[in-house]
Amino acid sequence: MTALAPDAARPPLKFGRIRPGQILIWTVLLLGGLLMITPILYMFSTSLKTASQVYDLRLIPAAPSFDNYVKVLSDGNFMRWFLNSSFIAITVTLSNLFFDSMVGYTLAKFEFRGRYFIFLAILSTLMIPTEMLVIPWYLMSAQLHWLDSYWGIMFPGMMTAFGTFLMKQFFETVPDDFLEAARIDGLNEFQIWWKVAMPLVAPALSALAIFTFLGNWTAFFWPLIVTTSRELYTLPVGLSSFSDAQDTRWEMIMTGAALATIPTLVVFLVLQRFIVRGVMLAGLKG
Amino acid sequence: MANIELQGLVKSYGKTMAVHGIDLDIADGEFVVLVGPSGCGKSTTLRMIAGLEDITDGTLRIGGEVVNEREPKQRNIAMVFQNYAIYPHLSVGQNIGFGLYTARLSKAEKDQRILATAKILGMEDLLKRRPAELSGGQRQRVAIGRAMVRDPVAFLFDEPLSNLDAQLRAQMRIEIKRLHQRLGTTIVYVTHDQIEAMTMADKIVVMRDGRILQVGTPTDLYENPVDVFTARFIGSPSMNLVPGKAAGNTLTATGATVAGLESGRAIGDVLIGVRPHDLVVGEAGAPGLSLSGAVTAVEPLGSETLVHLDIAGTEVIATAPGKLVPKVGGTITAAAPPGSLYLFDAATEQSLGRL
Repeated sequence: MTALAPDAARPPLKFGRIRPGQILIWTVLLLGGLLMITPILYMFSTSLKTASQVYDLRLIPAAPSFDNYVKVLSDGNFMRWFLNSSFIAITVTLSNLFFDSMVGYTLAKFEFRGRYFIFLAILSTLMIPTEMLVIPWYLMSAQLHWLDSYWGIMFPGMMTAFGTFLMKQFFETVPDDFLEAARIDGLNEFQIWWKVAMPLVAPALSALAIFTFLGNWTAFFWPLIVTTSRELYTLPVGLSSFSDAQDTRWEMIMTGAALATIPTLVVFLVLQRFIVRGVMLAGLKG
Repeated sequence: MANIELQGLVKSYGKTMAVHGIDLDIADGEFVVLVGPSGCGKSTTLRMIAGLEDITDGTLRIGGEVVNEREPKQRNIAMVFQNYAIYPHLSVGQNIGFGLYTARLSKAEKDQRILATAKILGMEDLLKRRPAELSGGQRQRVAIGRAMVRDPVAFLFDEPLSNLDAQLRAQMRIEIKRLHQRLGTTIVYVTHDQIEAMTMADKIVVMRDGRILQVGTPTDLYENPVDVFTARFIGSPSMNLVPGKAAGNTLTATGATVAGLESGRAIGDVLIGVRPHDLVVGEAGAPGLSLSGAVTAVEPLGSETLVHLDIAGTEVIATAPGKLVPKVGGTITAAAPPGSLYLFDAATEQSLGRL
């Protein structure tokens, strides 16, 4: 009986006390959830259908088959695009974690002339839409012979204003005492940043990693413009090649898209616990 | 271990002077407490000693060497911060060992020093724990351990007990004092709490507005304060000040009677100081200071009661011995014997001596 004590102490759910406002909120949330999950369910559903069944909108296919997965995975191009996307997304993410946090830390923790101006200049780039930047990026890539190369795809995102802003805001919450204690212990400024400040902003780094990875994994516009060789395509660009003027092979696109969600889920599941832990720690009294 | 010398040390931020050319000698192995209200420059002085603030002017010597331009790590001092500054992502052992991060020691030697430090602090069983799993006192001990493990020439403490509750603060005061007696290392300790200063220091430095007002042993400062500020800052509850007049050898007090005392050379408006513990309820008539007033509040402390009196518009605190607790609103008499009074110039607030 003792083992049951904690449950016994828990107050029972009282459905009789549910207020109409709560019902409305739950209904809206449920509808929002359905709205978001339906395309994903249809993506998986379509990936299990044959080409002739694609326009049969039943969620559960009449004869589900994994043939599309076999076809997509045995196609050499798909694996190449998958690896291209992985390489690009991982490299750009690591680059952002390193450079954005380094600049954010500098702007947050060092006093120097022009600091505010530099921060404003970085922030102001957030107001420029990507579409405006594509032509300068393209011209720059052409002049530097970066077109149709990995570097050409990656260079615009290697460091971002958003990431710098995010990291600066988080570093500002790190008490100076931590850094000064390390300074007295004999660490140099790079070591203080790397060994002390970075672990203290792990939740922010996780959030930045998720945003950057997802952004680059799903990036379509710039990789489409800068690449011409099929072997340099990223996954979204490659998947779009399943569609042309004559035909759109929805079942193949959906199969590729379903496979493409796996790394994003892995990244999110691995990193989200750091974010949750960060939020929990922030709420605790020091 | 080393002595620390401050000669004309100045710190200014633009046109604002935070520290106005202070001179101070801290002997090897001495426990010196810098005390004063917020903004008096005590933490800035400590940070200049640590190397965390640039020195605008003056000379700082540690162990006889000028260290003005040296980086914190080159000064071989250790500092304990108000917020502990122990790293939440590291265990207790790693936090203590962090002080040895740049030391050229083998892992075995580092482990041995971490363990030895932990043993001194009674934390050898907690080495694997994270700071989040520790109490406030244990966290402060980890911070002290990180400072100790490097075997520095001096420890700097920046209000290390401010975040602890009263009981733990009293306990940690004793622990730090014992640690100093055991290690014999020079300690410079900053606090705004005069009780910490009185109970821990070999020497107290009272600061105000970026200047040193008085340097001395706790007893010196208590018995012979140089001015009203120090007199009121040192001692709890604060010293009572009764306005009065000195003319030749006669001394009169507003709302009080002074009998059998001479003001010496003092002439004009004065302040007569008396500590609450010397102003005892129910002893009127004897030579010294005696006063009567309405009781405005009482603070029973068990062994005695602090009685707040209104004396001609001036609030005075007296002590009622034993279990006598006067009634609020009633009128009582209190007196202080000769030898327990302090005389200050009302205009300059400088001490004119004891009575």
